[in-house]
Amino acid sequence: MPLELTTAQLAAILEHCRREAPLEACGILAGRDARVSRVHPLTNADRSRTSYLIEPREQLRVMGEIWDRQEELLAIFHSHPASPAYPSSRDVELAFYPDSRYIIVSLRDPGPEIRCFLIREGVITEEPLEIIE
Amino acid sequence: MEIVLNGQRRQVSEDSNLSALLTQLAARPEMVTVELNGRILDRSEIADAPLKPGDQVKILHFMGGGR
Repeated sequence: MPLELTTAQLAAILEHCRREAPLEACGILAGRDARVSRVHPLTNADRSRTSYLIEPREQLRVMGEIWDRQEELLAIFHSHPASPAYPSSRDVELAFYPDSRYIIVSLRDPGPEIRCFLIREGVITEEPLEIIE
Repeated sequence: MEIVLNGQRRQVSEDSNLSALLTQLAARPEMVTVELNGRILDRSEIADAPLKPGDQVKILHFMGGGR
């Protein structure tokens, strides 16, 4: 089932990634049945150009909201400011959420590249993204 | 006894503690954030932290990566 994002939600993700550049940006997408209802741009605790760690207190808060609202963690997104939109070895090593998609936004080229993956037991599988109005 | 783990009720043994719970969840302490009744615990506090009925526990693996 493709992950459904609205154009406004996609714009919010891109805005966060561009605002944080050249540092990596990150966040969480919540919703139900593969349809995103909320975008949570979050703090990269690493403050790094080459790595990210979602700030743990923010992660706890957002996941608590997701449970309270009986939503699902649909995707974790982050940016690659200067490299392709494909999971790095570190992305795979730290992929602890096999049911969540991982969205990567590459800002290497002027037109951003956005791709979506599942990462399960070290295996990367690309997943479709559907952008709706 | 019953605790609430990540928003869901869960039965654990009477003498359970956080360390045992992490083991049950196959979670590596150095790769998770643990919150007990609203307070984030330092890693050094996890090993001996007892659990009591009604405790609200959140255990979340890190979300991270990078190029």
